[in-house]
Amino acid sequence: MKLWKLLAATATAAVLLATPAMAQTRIALVVKSLGNGFFDAANKGAQDAAAELGDVEVIYTGPTSATAEAQIEVVNSLIAQQVDAIAISANDPDALVPVLQRAMDRGIKVVSFDSGVAPEGRQIHLNPSDIDLIGETIIKLAADYLPEGGDVAILSAASTATNQNAWIEAAKEAIPEKFPNINLVSVVYGDDDSVKSTEEARGLIAAHPDLKAIIAPTTVGVVAAAQVVTDQDLIGEINVTGLALPSEFKQFIDNGASQAVALWNPIDLGYSAIYLANALVEGEEAAPGATFSIGKVGEVTLDDTNSAAMAAPFQFDASNIEEFSKIY
Amino acid sequence: MTDATANGRRLPNRLDNPFKSAVLSWESLLVLVALGIFIANSFASPYFLNAWSLSDLTFNFTEKGLIALAMALVIISGEIDLSVASIIALASTLMGLALQYGADTPTLVAVGVGVGILCGAFNGFLVTGLKLPSIVVTIGTMSLFRGIAFIILGDQSFKGYPASFSWFGQGYVFWVISFEVVLFLVAAVIFYVLLHRTNFGRRVFAIGNNATAARFSGVRVDRIKFVLFCLTGLMSGIAAILLTARLGSTRPSIAEGFELDVVTMVVLGGVSILGGAGSIIGVVLAALIIGLVTFGLGLLNVPGIVMTIFTGTLLIVVIALPILFRMIRERRA
Repeated sequence: MKLWKLLAATATAAVLLATPAMAQTRIALVVKSLGNGFFDAANKGAQDAAAELGDVEVIYTGPTSATAEAQIEVVNSLIAQQVDAIAISANDPDALVPVLQRAMDRGIKVVSFDSGVAPEGRQIHLNPSDIDLIGETIIKLAADYLPEGGDVAILSAASTATNQNAWIEAAKEAIPEKFPNINLVSVVYGDDDSVKSTEEARGLIAAHPDLKAIIAPTTVGVVAAAQVVTDQDLIGEINVTGLALPSEFKQFIDNGASQAVALWNPIDLGYSAIYLANALVEGEEAAPGATFSIGKVGEVTLDDTNSAAMAAPFQFDASNIEEFSKIY
Repeated sequence: MTDATANGRRLPNRLDNPFKSAVLSWESLLVLVALGIFIANSFASPYFLNAWSLSDLTFNFTEKGLIALAMALVIISGEIDLSVASIIALASTLMGLALQYGADTPTLVAVGVGVGILCGAFNGFLVTGLKLPSIVVTIGTMSLFRGIAFIILGDQSFKGYPASFSWFGQGYVFWVISFEVVLFLVAAVIFYVLLHRTNFGRRVFAIGNNATAARFSGVRVDRIKFVLFCLTGLMSGIAAILLTARLGSTRPSIAEGFELDVVTMVVLGGVSILGGAGSIIGVVLAALIIGLVTFGLGLLNVPGIVMTIFTGTLLIVVIALPILFRMIRERRA
């Protein structure tokens, strides 16, 4: 009998505790693993979004080890807490589908960001960027510092890398329209290997005496190329740019081998994911062609698979590399 | 009267009042711990006392618990099997491969169970046939089995399991009672009878306490150990079916790190890591406790790293407490 009394008292307490929490929208930001600077930055953006939206509470959570099984346990506990929405960067695009479907069955809105979930396991997926935006950005990074135009070359990863090739194609299409005085003289492949990338960068410099910029849309290649330019005393003559991790690349912005590089901005990504999740909670429908506002970042339109691209890669230069190199 | 102890191993004293020894047993301590955590959870989170929450909770431990039942027997016999998580990976991968060739649900189940038993038999052969230490053998097969899974799958995944197969990991037998939890309870009863009510179980204890003496008493030590490794293989195969069905897909990294969670459950359940002592009821309670702790802390959104610290502390406290009590009692005597 005592146990029943205790249970009854607990249940009453539970109802009392639960009531105030219902007043606001609770959105869980589930990341691949905790203790990762990239996702801590995403959480910073998510908290900013919550503050702007008002009446939104962001629960920042994730497993210790980056496995699908551990992430499922986290999602299970969020379902039990009856959160209003889940924004997740998944450790596995398929394994999370059944548990996220269960979440949706119980009325929880599901958005994936950064690392996506298969379409049947979420309502919207937010990509940090898309192929055309990346292709255009990598040329723009070089063109911005070449007012009179000139020769540029691309140092890519493996010649079979699907995403790299798609970006390079998009870059080639963007040049005649938007950057007519940029002349792409060569595309070489460093296989995302430091030694091979260094050799290829040396080869480019030797073969093209008028080369003004090396564009490396790979974090390995961009560091190798900047190191070659630094070693050969070509700082100021050849500008290295591309997609780079701020923490790895800071020294080359500092020494002038590069004017600017770009990559996804995790703060904006977390911010936008919360905006999308909140829009779904407020009753907006996720369907191909639908447009959503993502606050100060702008707006996104869903494609055929309900995926959206947030924005062009975020630019890092001397003004902000210090700040971002501490994040990721 | 106190229990007689020989080399630190506890021998049951039949002269004690059975009621008194039941109250003072390890299992009753675990029941208290489980109740304590249950009540603490109910007060800590308004979402805990809900049929669906409690049902979801069971998924945190059923698959690991199934393996822990068989692992308890292996550890009682003085051996260990660290390859269980890798057996899951290999069994899941081969089920996925069979699916690509159009296998139906019964075939998939047969593949999962069969691969599990074969892997277990391979471990058992290396330990009993070649007389290699089980910890070395299973650290080796831990890499071997998962390595094969990685060779087959690389960075790809198998998916598209039929709905009738997914039911094993996602289905409910009645209301909130999942198939997984029913299977776990049935297996627990079977293992309870096997360990505590049959000659086979008695021999397992005998081997764990003194393998040489057991051999001279006519116990076929190697044959029993071989069967025990096949049993952990079988349970790992069954866990592979449940986990694959629950995830709806296979990747070679599936179930990574499960082996340590399983061993934690077994040790928390009061099974002596040196062999020779332990009970199935203890293991079942330990599985429940780990489920309650991880789910309860999850409801409070406690970061995972704090959760691991909590589980580690719980393990040390629950193991240290009875030893402390015994030391105090011995000092008094």
